[in-house]
Amino acid sequence: MPYDPMLVAPMREELTRLGVEELLTADEVDRWFEAAKSGTSLLIVNSVCGCAAGQARPAVALALGTDARPERVATVFAGQDVEATARARENFAEFPPSSPSMVLLKDGEVVHFLPRHRIESRAAEEIAAELTEAFGRFCGAAAPGA
Amino acid sequence: MGTFHHDRGELHGITVLVDTGGPETWVGRCDTIEGGHIVLLGAERHSTEEDALDRRAFLRRVSMAGPFPNFDRVVLPLGEAARVQPLASLDPSAPD
Repeated sequence: MPYDPMLVAPMREELTRLGVEELLTADEVDRWFEAAKSGTSLLIVNSVCGCAAGQARPAVALALGTDARPERVATVFAGQDVEATARARENFAEFPPSSPSMVLLKDGEVVHFLPRHRIESRAAEEIAAELTEAFGRFCGAAAPGA
Repeated sequence: MGTFHHDRGELHGITVLVDTGGPETWVGRCDTIEGGHIVLLGAERHSTEEDALDRRAFLRRVSMAGPFPNFDRVVLPLGEAARVQPLASLDPSAPD
């Protein structure tokens, strides 16, 4: 059962205030993944779980502050936006459902997957370092607007 | 290590591997450890007697991507557990 939207709102805003696009419906997810067939894209599966997501969101903020970053960044909220999250996961079904988690795509292919268990026990700085390293490898000079 | 629910134990909220010492290995999110039992949520079980994938390959997969949660909740007796460890600390290349 979804949590009270009032409770979840700050968790959404932690990402949307960074310019992260929120995908609320299956149609929005479909359009985003269609666009993600070209260039680099990061999808963040947000979660209310303070055990892990409490570090994941600040990590995204740190990583997106670096020079190399994906061309498009979006989020779905697991347990809240159920339809959108399920549709998003269909696009990387070879990976287990995991929240929070992050998927980096290049030309529509998953090139880096950061599952919950590599988030939950780490500080935001450590998670950001892994993201930054992945951005550097896949979203470097070739990424327009980087 | 651990989470902000300090009253629920050091491993609460952490994805752990439970090696039963027998044919079964479980990977899931630790909820509680009490009364000689560990409660896992969203767990995946591997059995050397039932699964085609060998244990080493299973460990390699879960350490990379996490468990496919095909058990919502499972209670395992800790007395039989040879090992409980955070999945993130698993070295899949280490010998059994």
